[in-house]
Amino acid sequence: MGGHLNINHLMFLGQGALWTIGLSTIALIGGGIVGFVIALARISPLRSVRLASAVYVQLVQGTPLLVILFLGYFGLAAIGLQVSPLAAAGASLTLYVAAYLGEIWRGCIESVPKPQWEAAEGLALSRTQRMMKVILPQAIRIATPPTVGFMVQIIKNTSLASVVGFVELMRSGQIVNNSLFEPFAIYAIIAVVYFAMCYPLSLFSQRLERRMGRGRSNLAPA
Amino acid sequence: MSLQLDFPAVLERWPSFLAGAALTLELAAFATVLGALLGTLAAVGRGTHNALISGACKVYVEAIRNTPLLVQIFLVYFGLASLGLKLSAFTVAVAALTINVGAYTAEIMRAGFEAIPRGQIEAAEGLALSRLQIYWHIILLPAVEKVYPALTSQFVLLMLASSICSQISAEELTAVANYIQSDTYRAFETYIIVAVLYVILSLIMRAGFWGLGLVLFPRRRRLGTPL
Repeated sequence: MGGHLNINHLMFLGQGALWTIGLSTIALIGGGIVGFVIALARISPLRSVRLASAVYVQLVQGTPLLVILFLGYFGLAAIGLQVSPLAAAGASLTLYVAAYLGEIWRGCIESVPKPQWEAAEGLALSRTQRMMKVILPQAIRIATPPTVGFMVQIIKNTSLASVVGFVELMRSGQIVNNSLFEPFAIYAIIAVVYFAMCYPLSLFSQRLERRMGRGRSNLAPA
Repeated sequence: MSLQLDFPAVLERWPSFLAGAALTLELAAFATVLGALLGTLAAVGRGTHNALISGACKVYVEAIRNTPLLVQIFLVYFGLASLGLKLSAFTVAVAALTINVGAYTAEIMRAGFEAIPRGQIEAAEGLALSRLQIYWHIILLPAVEKVYPALTSQFVLLMLASSICSQISAEELTAVANYIQSDTYRAFETYIIVAVLYVILSLIMRAGFWGLGLVLFPRRRRLGTPL
């Protein structure tokens, strides 16, 4: 107990921050791949595929990430797999991010104007060609601002991985706090570090949105 | 590598699960009402011409939206404690959730305010409505009507996020689950049950908001626009 915040503590927090970025990257890539499949499944011509993916999204979006993390952590253990906190957190976050990104991207794909779909069909492009050459290139443009915005959510949500014992920024803050017991100061530092990671992304997302001409002009009356 | 699930052993604790679910709903209800008020005030403040007030509102919104709720909860918990305030975990949880959802509500309400056509306000001025009347009938109510779907999904997300309050030992649903799984050693079953309960709670909330929308916005119902 006691003591002051020194360089070793800060190094430890820095290491935690790196793991926060690492876990966020894992969640973004894993969730992006699965989410892409979900987005395509949601607009599949097959009813059963559409239904199954819709149920998946509804279930995940109706469950708190914390509970999904516990399910991943204890669930994998229950079927006899001894997994590290990193694997459990990575897998849970992937499933969680996939549901949200899948929905965001489905909206983006569907917001490509209808005539584009019809024109591609009129040119006798196959379904795959239509998707890859006509729809997706335009959908990606629409999808960029909300995806960057969602990356902020991912970074913030990795803080919950601390609960299953993964030492990212939040957990390393708790560990430092256990030896110094200055909770307010330490959590304030942690908050500032999270802010420094998230705010640039938020600004970037807003700028992308404005550049696409989707920002609203300032009509606020009051 | 064999999975043996024993749900009855966990399900016999159903009174605890129900109590936890009730407390989760209670937390969500308090934070929704208070957060809606705080968020609307912040959105109004953000739009004022007073640079100090609008700056403060902007800092509040951006600070909250760019830091994790878990950190905010700890900051409120230890912050209030270091001010010498001894509050129950429930009060701290409501305070933290309110501060959190207020920032998101502020952004949604701001979008609603910006969507009110300028001409509507000029027309109301032309009809000699008072400032208060204009604010209430021409700006606030139509803005809420416009952003109602976004607001309600934010409040459902808030209910789910209230699970994080288990970390400061507020006895809501996730905290109950943590206790039961450590008591029964049936973690997987416990969290599956809790996940199902959360899905049910979010369906209940959505149905409730949908019904409330029908009562609050009869015009929208008559026009047949989906809520």
